[in-house]
Amino acid sequence: MNQAFLDYYNLQPLLAAIHSWLCGIMPEGLAIFLECVVVGVIILVLYAVLAIILIYMERKVCAAFQCRIGPNRVGGKGGLLQVPADVIKILIKEVFKLKNADQFLYGLAPFLVILASILTFSCLPWHNGGEILSMNIGILFVLAASSIGILGILLAGWSSNSKYTLIGAVRSGAMLISYEISIGITVLTMVMLSGTMDIHEIVMSQANGWNIFKGHIVAIVAFIIYLIAGNAEANRGPFDLAEAEQELTAGYHTEYSGMHFGFFYLAEYLNLFITSGIATTLFLGGWMPLHIAGLDGFNAVMDYIPGIVWFLGKTFFVVFLLMWLRWTYPRLRIDQVLTLEWKYIMPLSLLVMLVMAVCKVYGLVF
Amino acid sequence: MEILSFQNIVFFVVALAIAVCSVLAVTTGKLLRAATYLLFVLFGTAAIFFMLGYTFLGAVQLMVYAGGIIVLYVFSIALTRSDKDMKYKVSKAKLFSLLATTVVGAALVLLLLFTNGFALNTIPLGEELPSREVGLALVGTDKYQFVLPFEVVSVLLLACMIGGILIARKEK
Repeated sequence: MNQAFLDYYNLQPLLAAIHSWLCGIMPEGLAIFLECVVVGVIILVLYAVLAIILIYMERKVCAAFQCRIGPNRVGGKGGLLQVPADVIKILIKEVFKLKNADQFLYGLAPFLVILASILTFSCLPWHNGGEILSMNIGILFVLAASSIGILGILLAGWSSNSKYTLIGAVRSGAMLISYEISIGITVLTMVMLSGTMDIHEIVMSQANGWNIFKGHIVAIVAFIIYLIAGNAEANRGPFDLAEAEQELTAGYHTEYSGMHFGFFYLAEYLNLFITSGIATTLFLGGWMPLHIAGLDGFNAVMDYIPGIVWFLGKTFFVVFLLMWLRWTYPRLRIDQVLTLEWKYIMPLSLLVMLVMAVCKVYGLVF
Repeated sequence: MEILSFQNIVFFVVALAIAVCSVLAVTTGKLLRAATYLLFVLFGTAAIFFMLGYTFLGAVQLMVYAGGIIVLYVFSIALTRSDKDMKYKVSKAKLFSLLATTVVGAALVLLLLFTNGFALNTIPLGEELPSREVGLALVGTDKYQFVLPFEVVSVLLLACMIGGILIARKEK
């Protein structure tokens, strides 16, 4: 098969050229330091911009499912400036301190949540040669880093010194560590299919067909399990029981204000994006273009669309699927949430992993 | 090897953070704060593994300790009454035995350091250990391969799980 399309928009030569130019005018250590700073700034800017886009999208999608119009006043037609206005509002709000609360842990908790979110965010394969954190255990690192967030939630709930937040945090924590298991097992299933844990290599192994097509029925079941568990992992409906207003006010972040609350809010939306991004990487080929066997002209046209467009397109498609899920189903109770995971989804994902192993050994996958 | 290379600076910063957080973890009066400082120590250990290029162990460290053990600690602290300050008076005999243990421990670590040297000098920096090698070493039967411990640990884990289910069962 012709693999020339892999080189069309490869960023690697450009990045190497920039690096060698920087090394020419300053010592290498300084050059690497400067590059790290620039990449860090790019990550943070992307993070903020994507959060704004996602919040706007959520409002519009939610409105569409509820037969409303959604934001339409601020910023002309479509209310495009509604979310930026909200951002400015939240930035100038006061971050207050609680009496009788553990100030250190209270201040630390939002940062743990945002740290986990940003670490996993920088592992996403944006473009050919454009991955930021790349190591040969990439996907394991994503799972490991995302587990830091649970701790932030638990600490937030405990240190707010209120029964509502504590119960909300324990419920969220119980749900997150349960659904993490299903996510781990489905990720392992796809690692089995690709034969590598390196995120770049996982994407490259899908150059001749996305995993969801290569693994046919098994991969589709794994994809559905991943979406359900990922939705729970991002703390979103129908699994947003921590925010069941009638019993817990707003769950673990009830006592937070201003930008500290903003961190939890940002992390929730970006975790949605990261879940979708990892789903895209594992099942839908990352930045790989869509190829249909036999249609050479169509394939050639698809090859000329840059990788980042493919990646963002697929990721936002999965985001839309998850929002659709959120605004369609009613919220589950805590016992229903845990029953669903431990009695149905986890055994099913173990079975899927077993079937995938059998398929892989006997060559039943493409 | 120059003293002020990028790697060395990062190493000393991480090492200092580990040392300070370890001390804070045992001197703080609040249980949950101690757990949090312990978390920072484990983060630091993971950072050292990443610096050595042993990314697999670093990620496992994050996952098992930060995402597992500490979460367990925090859960059990949050679900029990523990808001009392735990400032205990240390008796003289205890203080002496503590000091003796510290000195013996420090002597042991220094002995290991002076006989083997810093790991930073023996392990090639910036090179990642491939996860394939780690996996093969875990299930291989040759020298320096660990299939027997691996299986023994699996059996232990299974026994723990069955025990956990037995304890958590409601009906007798």
